Amino acid sequence: MLLYVWSILVFGGLLAALAALLVVAERRLVHYGTCTISINAGERVLEVEGGQTLLQTLYDGEIFIPSACGGKGTCGYCKLRVVSGGGPVLPTELPYLARQEMRRGVRLACQLKVREDMELEIPEDLLNVQLYSAVVEHVRDLTHDTKEIRLRLVEPDAIEHRPGQYVQIQAPSPEGPVWRAYSISSPVQEPHAVELVVRLVPGGIASTYLHRLEAGDAVTFTGPFGEFRLSDDPETEIVCVAGGCGMAPVKNIVETLHDRWPDRACWLFFGCRTTADSFYLDRFETLAREHPNLRVVYALSEPGPEDADWRGETGFIHLSVDKMLAPGVRRQAFLCGPPVMIEAVKRVLADKGVAEEAVFFDDFGTADASGRTAW
Amino acid sequence: MSNTSALVIFVAAVFTNNILLSNFLGMCSFLACSRQIETAAGLGAAVTFVLTATTALNWAIYHGVLVAGAPLCGADLTHLQFIVFIAVIAAFVQFVEMFIERFSPRLYLSLGIFLPLITVNCAILGASLFMVIRGYSFAQSVGFGFGAGVGWALAILLMAGLQKKMGYANVPGPFRGVGIAMIVTGVLAMAFMGFAGMVSIQ
Repeated sequence: MLLYVWSILVFGGLLAALAALLVVAERRLVHYGTCTISINAGERVLEVEGGQTLLQTLYDGEIFIPSACGGKGTCGYCKLRVVSGGGPVLPTELPYLARQEMRRGVRLACQLKVREDMELEIPEDLLNVQLYSAVVEHVRDLTHDTKEIRLRLVEPDAIEHRPGQYVQIQAPSPEGPVWRAYSISSPVQEPHAVELVVRLVPGGIASTYLHRLEAGDAVTFTGPFGEFRLSDDPETEIVCVAGGCGMAPVKNIVETLHDRWPDRACWLFFGCRTTADSFYLDRFETLAREHPNLRVVYALSEPGPEDADWRGETGFIHLSVDKMLAPGVRRQAFLCGPPVMIEAVKRVLADKGVAEEAVFFDDFGTADASGRTAW
Repeated sequence: MSNTSALVIFVAAVFTNNILLSNFLGMCSFLACSRQIETAAGLGAAVTFVLTATTALNWAIYHGVLVAGAPLCGADLTHLQFIVFIAVIAAFVQFVEMFIERFSPRLYLSLGIFLPLITVNCAILGASLFMVIRGYSFAQSVGFGFGAGVGWALAILLMAGLQKKMGYANVPGPFRGVGIAMIVTGVLAMAFMGFAGMVSIQ
């Protein structure tokens, strides 16, 4: 019996001694004093305590750099340009940096530690990003695995965003909070609310959390992020192509567009497997009756026996795009969906004479070619 | 307790009882980091340093606290040796990481990323356990730890050199990658058996 007591005491004591040693060592060694971080040639200056990662330091200074992996160095979203004071590129950053980016001093903020005075370049957009607290206004089932979640903003109580931008929702996880990107689906003329379309990903941390929310629950997010820029020229035709929950940014674009330019020409293409997976069709058909220049095309890729009375298009969505659009019109296109769909639609649009820089896309953040971090 | 001198134990640990090639400990990082000679040399140096220091530390803790009738605690706590050794190794590696990050950023960049790998390297724990099983004195333990580290570094350097040469070899498809690395390790181990008669420690 005494042996057990001794074992626990000795092991506990040893661990405590080691921990104390490490804490002392950390205090003494990992101490870099106060460092100055100058952003965009002195536009904003932060006086910070060194030793933390740059991402964490900027978060503490209320500059919210997008990051989907929570600083583990696996998403590559937190890229920013370090003009001076970053040290050499770390092996953990290499997989996410193209040679050209390395030459320009682009780094991953989550890997880099602040050890000295630094000069950074951060896109203007990101300096406007704020931390929002909100409450759930309602949750509605759109399909068997997709929900519409509407958040009412509390503090600050309004958000200014461009259609197609996204927010980063904070979701709890066993290893501390994680941040996941979701596009805003409510139009910009509703500044007090942020609406999301969330598909449940089996095992997904954030989608599981969001699907369990009920009206009245509190939610925290940062935003807005994203490179989507709607053309202000009313003569430019807008083409939106969405697959599955890529509907969210597209709904935002279409509803914003017809509030501002009621007669502007716009195509909305939506691809899904069966009628059971489609949603918002009634809503857009009503909108299309009010705005005759809006054309709505839903296509089913795998219509089953229960879709026998489907009158719309069938087949993959890029085939419908190819069939419906006349070539040679000045257009701007927004694509949201799985990478395969984006690739197929991009090829069709190139054939129709749409310039590459007029095509914005979001392939759900699949590693390398994400439209979100287009620098 | 054996009477072999620390120097003999050192030589034996490098050649005849090479911890990697005769005990097959520390294989995971050996296979993963033996593509380039610089990487192998960095990891080898880190392992040598950590092995030497942790065998010395663990010897002090084992004989000062754990063993029956030890000066700090009389009870026989040898059953705690595994968990205590692991904790000491982990804490030591953390400390070293902080230390070199502060004082030599250059060394940190080339070595630092390997240090967390070393925490879970079985060769490090293996050396501490051999030291206990064979009843080494302090000097013998340090000799053994240092020798085991040098031996491990030697083995991974040999492997890295061979891997480089292998780039020009036409390895049959199914053996490419880890397959041929395992076979080469086996051949290396057999070659090291040639040293076996030289000195022996058990």
